Amino acid sequence: MKNDILVDLKNINFYYGEIPVLEDVNFSIKRNDFIAIIGPNGGGKTTLLKIMLGLLKPDSGTVRVFGKGPKDGRKSIGYLPQNISFDLNFPINVFDMVIMGRYRGPIKKYSENDVKSVLNALETVGMLEYKNRHISMLSAGQLQRILIARAIAREPELLLLDEPMSSVDPETQRSIYELFLELNKKMAVVFVTHDIGAISVYIDRVLCLNRKLFYHGPKEGSLGKLEEAYSCPVEILAHGIPHRVLGRHKK
Amino acid sequence: MEIFQYEFMRNAIIAAVLVNITCGIVGTYVVIKKLVFISGGISHAAFGGIGLGYFLGINPIVAAVPFSLLSAITIGLISKRSKLSEDAAIGIIWAAGMAMGIIFINLTPGYAPDLFSYLFGNILTIPVSDLYIMLILDSIIILIIVLFFKEFYAVSFDEEFSTVIGIPNRIIYLTLLCMVALSVVILIRIVGIILVIALLTIPSSICRQFTYNIKKLIISSILTGVVLTIAGLWISYLLNLASGATIIILLAVVFFVSFFAKKIFLSFKFF
Repeated sequence: MKNDILVDLKNINFYYGEIPVLEDVNFSIKRNDFIAIIGPNGGGKTTLLKIMLGLLKPDSGTVRVFGKGPKDGRKSIGYLPQNISFDLNFPINVFDMVIMGRYRGPIKKYSENDVKSVLNALETVGMLEYKNRHISMLSAGQLQRILIARAIAREPELLLLDEPMSSVDPETQRSIYELFLELNKKMAVVFVTHDIGAISVYIDRVLCLNRKLFYHGPKEGSLGKLEEAYSCPVEILAHGIPHRVLGRHKK
Repeated sequence: MEIFQYEFMRNAIIAAVLVNITCGIVGTYVVIKKLVFISGGISHAAFGGIGLGYFLGINPIVAAVPFSLLSAITIGLISKRSKLSEDAAIGIIWAAGMAMGIIFINLTPGYAPDLFSYLFGNILTIPVSDLYIMLILDSIIILIIVLFFKEFYAVSFDEEFSTVIGIPNRIIYLTLLCMVALSVVILIRIVGIILVIALLTIPSSICRQFTYNIKKLIISSILTGVVLTIAGLWISYLLNLASGATIIILLAVVFFVSFFAKKIFLSFKFF
């Protein structure tokens, strides 16, 4: 019971200067959750993830990550950033990049166990044969898989994925979903997307975020009217599951 | 090879080796983390320390150590914490450091002897005491890099991800800038403040074209630097030219030759 809540956010407010980005957001992640956070551009999705990771500090509210402050708790989080923040010409190959995810502290050398985890992670994302390749020689989709491998090589208890499906073709998207589903047996998975079509039937909870957070429970299915979060009519194409509708946001 | 009989030549060659160990290591990070302009700022600001040394009547190189460390930390803190852009912060420290050096030298009574050698360097007039300072600074840099190799590598590659996995990003970044500051001090004697940036960036830029492995990059940069520094010294002796400038012209020529050679090589490969 005591370990069931991995991340707990209470009354979070966040401003970029004068502009409110998050207003009174309450949100928690439980063990084995599989959550999608959707919302328009500028809705605060990435900000919310960065608050959980301690990369941004909210103006008010409390953040608990694995019962600790985000800076101590985030070591158990695997993170996939939305934008790559590195130089593709940096002298590093796939293996050396993924093993950075295994970092546990200074002086300690990477162990055989670390190497094994890296090879496992690369195999999981189907990139094992590329392990010695320089990162500039990968396609955008391959790089995305390597970034996922770097996040899961950590063997985290929670995976935070910011737009994991960007630059991935539909065929690969499907296999990545299946991968997340598999990973979800071992860890909680939370991902952010602005692409509503990407929401699959597997998701436990769908959260709509546009400054405020709106919940949709598991029973509602997956797709539907999101006008309130998007503040305009939204049309959704849901392959195979037509006419399913999420409930209206409660005020 | 009669030139190696002279003691000043032997000192110059020892200095060439010591200085290029630093340049190969720190220069690699300067190049891959794109700290070239920051390094330029730190090296020019170090002139303030040289001036302070004259003013206080101590070895200017010794006075330059705390001074350039301070300017490195200042640049690092201003650029990361405030809304001032990094290059503006560098420009300000760059100019302010040099201005302080000029004021200190103004305030020092009498003529400042061999001030010129701090601006343009002279590998042939290095006293043995400076070789010991270089050796100590070299050891410090090697020790830090070996102990925290993973951290420097990760922070240089991806600062955001390093933060998330628990690396003290800012401390590592500031330490890196401090190592740049220490190397600048070592380099001032060899090539002078104005040309420091060349020895810090050109060997690693040459080698970077040929390897994607950071350890190979560091080692090949050290070797390239040693060979080209000694070759430049020899050419300057033969042609009776300023040693620092000759070394740098040689480095630049080798860089451009390797750059075009690689292009031509690649174009053949793809035909």
